[in-house]
Formats: sequence, structure tokens, C-alpha cells
Amino acid sequence: MAAVQWHSRARRYESELQSCGLEVAPVEFSDYHPLKSITVTDSKSRRGARKGSTSSSSSSSSSVAPDPLSSMLDGTDPLSMFAAASASESPPTLSQSRKRREKEDEVGVDFEPWSSKRGEILARFTTTEKLSINLFMGSEKGKAPSLASSAVSEKVRTRLEELDDLEEGSQRELLNLSQQDYVNRIEELNQSLKEAWASDQKVKALKIVIQCSKLLSDTAVIQFYPSKFVLITDILDTFGRLVYERIWSMCSDPRPLPDSFTADEVNDTAKETCLNWFFKIASIRELIPRLYVEVALLKCNRFLTKCGIQETVPRLTAMIRGIGDPLVAVYARAYLCRIGMEVAPHLKDSLNKNFFDLLGTFRQIHGDSVQNQLVLQRVEIPVYLTLYSPAIHWILQCVSYRAPEDYINCAEIWVEFTCRHFTKREVNTVLSDIIKHMTPDRAFEDAYPQLQSVIRKILTYFHDFSVLFSMERFLPFMDMFQKDSVRVGVCLSIMDVFIKHQQEPTRDPVILNALLHVCKTMHDSVNALTLEDEKRSLALLINGFIRMVSFGRDFEQQLSFCVEARATFCNLEPVLVQLIHTVNQLAMETRRVMRGSHSRKTAAFVRACAAYSFITIPSLTSIFSRLNLYLLSGQVALANQCLSQADAFLKAAVSVLPEVPRSISIEGKLRSSEGFLLDFINNFLSALLVVPDHPEAGVLFLVRGLLNMVQDYTWEDNSDAKVHVYISALPLLAAMSQESYLYSIPKVDSNETLYGGDPKFLAEINKLCETLIGQVLDHLKTLGRDESIHRQGSLAFSLFGCLLAHGDLRNNKLNQLAVNLWNLSHKQGYCNTRTSVRTLEFIKHQAQQPDMVHLSDVLHRLTLQSRT
Amino acid sequence: MSASLDIRLKRANKVYHEGEVLAGVVAIVSKEAVQHQGITLTMEGIVNLQLSSKSVGVFEAFYNSVKPIQLITSNIEVVKQGKVPGGKTEIPFEFPLHTKGNKVLYETYHGVFVNIQYTLRCDMKRSLLAKDLSKTCEFMVHCLPQKAKLQPTPVDFTITPETLQNVRERSLLPKFLIRGHLDATNCVITKPLTGELVVESSDVAIKSIELQLVRVETCGCAEGYARDATEIQNIQIAEGDVCHSLPIPIYMVFPRLFTCPTLETINFKVEFEVNVVIVLHDEHLITENFPLKLCRA
Repeated sequence: MAAVQWHSRARRYESELQSCGLEVAPVEFSDYHPLKSITVTDSKSRRGARKGSTSSSSSSSSSVAPDPLSSMLDGTDPLSMFAAASASESPPTLSQSRKRREKEDEVGVDFEPWSSKRGEILARFTTTEKLSINLFMGSEKGKAPSLASSAVSEKVRTRLEELDDLEEGSQRELLNLSQQDYVNRIEELNQSLKEAWASDQKVKALKIVIQCSKLLSDTAVIQFYPSKFVLITDILDTFGRLVYERIWSMCSDPRPLPDSFTADEVNDTAKETCLNWFFKIASIRELIPRLYVEVALLKCNRFLTKCGIQETVPRLTAMIRGIGDPLVAVYARAYLCRIGMEVAPHLKDSLNKNFFDLLGTFRQIHGDSVQNQLVLQRVEIPVYLTLYSPAIHWILQCVSYRAPEDYINCAEIWVEFTCRHFTKREVNTVLSDIIKHMTPDRAFEDAYPQLQSVIRKILTYFHDFSVLFSMERFLPFMDMFQKDSVRVGVCLSIMDVFIKHQQEPTRDPVILNALLHVCKTMHDSVNALTLEDEKRSLALLINGFIRMVSFGRDFEQQLSFCVEARATFCNLEPVLVQLIHTVNQLAMETRRVMRGSHSRKTAAFVRACAAYSFITIPSLTSIFSRLNLYLLSGQVALANQCLSQADAFLKAAVSVLPEVPRSISIEGKLRSSEGFLLDFINNFLSALLVVPDHPEAGVLFLVRGLLNMVQDYTWEDNSDAKVHVYISALPLLAAMSQESYLYSIPKVDSNETLYGGDPKFLAEINKLCETLIGQVLDHLKTLGRDESIHRQGSLAFSLFGCLLAHGDLRNNKLNQLAVNLWNLSHKQGYCNTRTSVRTLEFIKHQAQQPDMVHLSDVLHRLTLQSRT
Repeated sequence: MSASLDIRLKRANKVYHEGEVLAGVVAIVSKEAVQHQGITLTMEGIVNLQLSSKSVGVFEAFYNSVKPIQLITSNIEVVKQGKVPGGKTEIPFEFPLHTKGNKVLYETYHGVFVNIQYTLRCDMKRSLLAKDLSKTCEFMVHCLPQKAKLQPTPVDFTITPETLQNVRERSLLPKFLIRGHLDATNCVITKPLTGELVVESSDVAIKSIELQLVRVETCGCAEGYARDATEIQNIQIAEGDVCHSLPIPIYMVFPRLFTCPTLETINFKVEFEVNVVIVLHDEHLITENFPLKLCRA
């Protein structure tokens, strides 16, 4: 069959176009047009159908059609929306609110406990001086008759008397105690407290506690005072615990109280017992013991009323003002704050009040009373002042505990007010204040949700990014987001707003720097574990940013931005693709500005653009991205008269072809790549028409190269793809043999000019065509042997169509071949009758053309095989 | 003798008001069955007036008036003669708290010269061979709340050497200025006495500031009476040389039993006062007295 001779049919493209061109109808603006932005008026009825759709852009009717892909960013995906809704909008359920309350009711592990301070104080504040303990065990007699209150007191009263008898006038002054003796004595008191309690001698227990607390009003051997405070508050703690547990145990019938009990769940007997304790304490004569014992029992208020603690703490705070000695007062405050934190850490006001009262009474230190005492005890002021440090440190620890949390909760609200009613200057002030408050101790780590909310609120009100980034503290504020996931989340929301609201491309260096930084953060968060989806949405946002960057006529600046962006976003393939497109567009824009004639400078520039693309494309992993971009960049290079660059691109594309795998993964599914490959090759072929042959390479170098690659490619078994390519190459070759080409590129000489219809060139083309046809016919033969008659018929018909359209059928051999192919395709009756009929009609129509009369002869030889 | 007798009132705080019912159980615990000739309950409310030794002379003429005044008495039989089985037996009872005639149930009050006390006594009469059993328990009576809405009447005070009475040598006094106020002198007995005190200035250091709650009990009638003021409790509100110009809270809880709504009858009166006592370092004692009117609301 190699005897087949090819002759291309001569074409008059213009007249053909006119004869077959459709009538041009003007399109009304309101008419449907597939590229027009979609306007949905009846959005309501649509909504139901769109349930679960990720896009909400359907209602967009803006005249500026944004990138349709970025419209995906209009709405958050439904899962995140649910998550956000459940996090923010759903009303707190009972268990949630309870949890929250419980959280407030307890001090977290982040609060340094007193137990760790205790030892430190004891070790630090020691003395070698002799100490004394004054215990007036009978001194309450007669002065606090109410101790024997209530009707249960018969027994108690007797016991009280016994006690009094026992210790009548037993004012025991233990003198000349060493520090260790003193500690031992206090420990003994602690033991006797426990013993008294265990043997049901509650009054004695109370007396011991009162006597111990009284020791705290004594500031003799003042340098030992902090340690004394520690020792005695230990006893008070024991006492407080004993009383609390006792009352609690009274409520254990029928079942123990839950930890989060309320006063309503406490029975009357327990309440009465508790009330008795408070009446007893209220009648303690001296201020300091009364204060300390009441503080020790603070927690017991829970048995009586819901807000008992809340009302008591401020009263006790005020009560401390009655203590004249500033050192005694500050330790009393420390104790109140300590118990307050244990029992009701949410009562911040009182903690603060203690601190402010402390400041307010600080001048007492320089008063005569203190000074005289110091002289008497021969203690220097600096030494004296160090005695305050444990107490003040403790109070400050209490005051500052979770203070940032409270602060940020307020600030979060304030920032919205500021955004709504003030300018960026005030917002900047708020931001700087938040930074100031949240930076110490990395407090921001616990406040990410609030800080994110601050950003969201600012973004809601500030859409002008030049204003936004001109706030000095905005980026420092961003620096507080140090946890990667949070940081990226914030960056995403910024970019989201930017893409939605930035109308004009920008070159503002402040915006570009800041957003580049933001995008870089997003990009750098990508790691091996990042999901494809996440990568895609990150890339979409970054692409949106890149599209919004324009340096106007400063093309070089634009290119260098792309260079920078490529380095920054190298891990996100869609971004690299976008960058190549941007650079190609830049080259085309340059061409447009120069009206097609490059100067030396612009020629160099477009070559630089081509170089950019050329070195970027190989880094892409997607084979079809690479192929398409090589082709596209080659076309751009050609359009800009960069012939050798275009050659390089196209050669690269050809050389990449063998790498195309037989199947590729598309949206997670493995699919055959054949269809894509054929599409690409057809596209490539049509581009080759205008590519001039390289002077040093042979005639039709690229076409041959491509066809060689196609021949060597490992196609799928039982596939006709290769033959399809061969058939597709025929129209190209036919077009190349025309005197004047179907299309050309201004200022680029294609082969039509280079060869000027040289017969040698034409002969070369014909030879190539003949080889191709020979290959196709061989293939048709093999199909005839198999059970592939159907395929044989359709391939034969394809080739027939090609001969009809592009071959010169005046040539008898070609003519005969066409008729044979027609018959072959109709032999088995598998062909589409309608197509055949229409083909015949076409031939009839063509035959009426002046120089196509020979077709009517062909027509006679084509018989339509009817199945009927 | 293994049997024991006890009265348990239903109310944990044992506080009752006129017209209410005292409910509870008589509990008998015994190993064996107990034979008895009836168990009775007796409720009694009595005002005891005592004369202070210094006024005994004056009082001889009115000796009659110091006889205890009975406010209420009543008696019921809980169980008729019979046998209580061994083990723990609880016999419930209800006792209405009603007065006869126009007698008023004054509030329970334990004072020095005046005592108002209500008791519930349970008696188990037994055969001649066994000892009778008896058990007494006190219960508390509170007045019904006063209907009239109480308007607090704040009282401001300023204490300087010049405002003092009973000063022997005014010129020897150090200079001082103490201001303050009580939020009210007509107080609800269940609410604390509150106010503030500010030491504006003082030449001599303050040693202590105290609130002294005083009862003023009067026994007698129009023709003659004995009036005695005694301390109920003394509450220190400031210790040491307190910070000047800083308000110090005045706060005192009225003790139960030892205070009652201010009471005025033909035979006796119970009134209350509070003294703000300032002790200076040189042992000068400055007292400002405020009569109080206590009530129940």
C-alpha cells in the first residue's frame, strides 16, 4: 500500500470561510451568553436545590466578574460552617454553662499554690531571738457569752465552764522560746486542735484557734512575722477544713452532697449548725482573731446562701482597714486573698480592692507607730520592707491570675466599638494596648479565640487594606498568633477578605509586603500532612492575591515580583501555574503596548519572561500542566518573535511526551490519560502550522519529532489512539502545503514564507503523508483480522473524511483510496447512516463548486448501504 | 434504769411564732418495755425579773412585781397510762402556740435582770417503785414581723474634744477628729448594725476602736424602778494606729438570745444601746453613745 500518493487539496480559506460562515447575529446584552456572569433572580427556590453546595456565588450579579474559581471562597465550606455555628451561635447548654461555672469556681493548675510558697517563707524568715507565746485560754470567759448560744448549749455551757475551770487564769506565757521551740509549740496547738475536735470539744477547738490567731496581732520579733503567719494560718486551715467537713457530713443523708451543691440542698440541721458557727465568730471580741477565723470559715457560707461568699469577701476586705499595723494588715489581706482564691476565684473585685487598699495604706509604714517599733526592735527599714514581699507577692499573684483573660474579653468587645465609631488611629491604640497586656508571660497563648475575634472584627470594618496595614500595630498584633494552626487561620481570613473586597489591582508596597508575609505564612504551613483540599484552598487565596498585584506599566517590577513569589510559594503547584500564566500575560501585555514591534529593551524583557516560564515549568509535577504550559509559553514566545525560545518550549513539550503515564489521578480517581493526551497533541499540531522550521534542523523537524514520539509511545493495548494522531496530522500537513497559510503570526515568517512553496518541501510533506496513510492502512488491516470490525469501520471513515477534506481527489489513486475506505467503512453496516447521508449531501454540495466537479464522479461510486 | 426520755422538735432552729404549732416527737429509748402512768407535755413561757444587788433596797416596796410573769402555760397528755415497748419509741405531738386572753408572747431573751424563756417539759409518771422521768427543752419564740415599713434613719457623728461631755480637764485632752455614721439606729435584729468611721486626725495614736453593745433593763413600774445597763458584747473594729482618713467599717451582728426587739411593758423594759469606744494610746477612753431600737422585720 506504500504506493499511495498524497496530494493536498489547494485551499482558498477566505472564500471557504465566507461560504460556510454562519450569519452573524448581534447579541443583546440581556440575552443569555455562557460567559456572562450569572444572575440569579429567583435565588430562594434555588437554595433548596443547592443544599450542600460549596458555592454561594450564584447570587452575585456584580458587573466585575471575579475569577469564577475564587468565588468558592465566598462561602466557607459547609463543614466549617457547622463547626463555626456550633462554636459561636448555639446557646450554651446546661452542661456547658455548668462547666463554665465550675471552671470559674476553681483555680487552675496554672496558679502557683500556697503550699509551694509556704516552705520558702519559713526558710527565709528566721530569727535567733527569743520568742514568746501568750495564751490566755480563759480570757473569753464572760466577754463572749454568746459562745454559749442556742438551746443546744446546755451541754456546751457545762463544758465551757469546765474549760474555764481547767484554765482559769491559766494565762500561760511561754517565754524565751527558740524559733524551733516556737514552731513545736504551734504544732502542739495544731495537734490539740485536732484532738479537741476529735473528742467533740468544738468550743475548745474554737478557743485554740482564736488564741492562735491572736498571736498574729503581736509583732514582737518582727522579722519572724512572715513565718509566724505561715504556721498559724496552717492551724486556721485545719480548723476551716474540720468545720466544713463536719457540716458537709451532716448533709450526707441520704446521699453525700455533690461538690457543686447549692444551699437549697443543705438540710436545716446543717444550716443551723453553720449559722451557729457564724454567730459565735461574730461575737469574737478582738478584730484580728475574728477576721482570721471568719476567713478560715469562708467556704462554709456555701451551706447558707448562694451569694454568701460573694457578700462576705468585700466585707472582710473592708474590715482589714481596721488593722493599724501595716504589716499585720498586709498579711491579713494575703490570707483573705488566699482563701478567696480557693473558694471563689471569680471574685476579682475584692482581690483588686485588697490590692488598692494595700496601696492606700502604704503610707502607714512611715508613720510614727511603725518607726518607733522599728527603733525599739532595732530593725532597719530595708530589712523591714522585705517582710512585706511574700504577702504582696501573693496578693499580686491572686490579682493577676487570669487577669489577661478578663482583659481580653473586654478588649474583644471594645475593639468592635472602636472599629465602628472611630478611625484607624484609635483602633491602632486599642491594638497596641492589647499587645501590651497580652505579651507578658505569653498570655496571648490562652486567648487565641478572642484575639482571632479581634482580627475578624477589624476585618469586618476595614476593607481598605492600605488603611489596615498602615496601622502600625497590626502586624505586631499578628505576631501574637504563634501557634501555627491559629496563625494560618488568621491569615486565611485576612486573604479571604482581601480577595472579596479588593476591587482594584494594587502596587502599594505596604499592602504587598504585608500580604506577601501573610501568604508566606499560609504557604509555609503546608507540610506532608496537609490535605489536598487545604492546599487547594490555600493556593486559591494566594492566586487571588497574585492576580491583584499590578505594577501598571512597570513590567520589570512585575516580573521581579513573580520571581520573588516563585521563591516564596514554591510548594504550591497551582501558585506556580498561576505565576507562569501571569508572566505569559505580562509578555503579551508588553507586546500589546509595543503594538507588536519590540524594541531592543522589550525584546530582552519578553525573552526574560520566556526564560522565567522555561525554568519554572519543569518544577511542576503534573505532566499535563507541564505540557500545556510548554505549549502555551511556546505560543507566547512565538507571538513575541522569540523563535529560539519557542522552539525550546515546543521541543521540551515533545521530549516530555513519553513521560505521560497511561493513567493519571483525577480528583482521587485513576483515569486513562489517553483522551487528555490526544487533546493535547491535536492542540499542539494546530500550533505547529505557524512554527517555522529551525534553519539547522531538518524540514518539519518538530512534526517529525512529534510523530516519532507518538510512534514510540506505549499506547494502551487495543487502542487506536496512535492512528488517530496520524489521521490528525494529515490536515496539518495539508495546511502546510498551502501557498498561503490559514493563519500566521505577525512579524514571524512561517514555513510558507521560508520555503515559498518549494516543490522539494511539498514533496517532503507528501512523503510524510503517504507514510502516515500507509501506517493507518496497515492498522486497518490488523483490525480486519480481529473482532474489531466496528473500530475498523469508524477509523476508515475518519480517514475517508480526512481525504475528502484535505486530499486532492482528482488524483486517481487518492480517489480510489477514498472510495475503498468508504466501502470498507460501510461493509459491516456499523456506520452511522445519518452521518453517511450528510456526508454524501456535503459532497454533492461541494461538487457544485467550480473546481470540484470531479467530486460528482466520486459521488457516483459511493453507495449508501441501507440496512433496510 | 435504762429508759431515757427526749424531746425532739421538728424545726432545727427551734424558733416558733405565736399561732404556730410546735411539732415534734417524744423519744423513749429503753431496752425493756417500760410501764408508766401517763406521759404528759407541759409548755411554759415565763418572764423572770431579778433585782440587781444595788437596787434591792429601793425595790423592797415593790416586791410583788418581781414575781415571775407567766406568759403561757398548757399541758397535754401524750400517752395514757400503759406500757411502752422496748427499743426506740417515737411519739409524735403537736402543740399549738396560743395565748389566753390578751397576753402577748414576748420574744425569747436572756438578759441579766430580765429573762424571757419558753420551755417544753415532758414527764413520764411511773409507779411508786420507779423514778419519774422528765426532760425539758427550751424553744425560742420570735415576734411576728412588724407591719410598718421601717425607714432607716442614718445618724452622722463627729467626735472632737469639744463634743465630749464628762470631761474633767478638757485642756489635757489630745486633739482628734473622728467622723462617722451609722446607717440606722432603728435596726432589724436579724441584720447587722452597719456604718463607717473615719479617723480624720489624732495627735495621739489610736489603740483600739470598739463597738460596745449594751442592754438597758428596767424593772418596776410608774412609782419606782431599777434601771441597769450592762454590756452584752464588745466588738473591736480597729486595732492599733489605724490609717487616717480611711473609712473603717462599723459592723456588728446582734447576738441571738441576748438581744430581742426593744421591749416596753408595764412591768419591765428591755432596751439596747451601742457605744462607739475609742481608746487612745495614752489610755484616754472616748465613748459616743447611740440608743438603738431593735425590731423584727
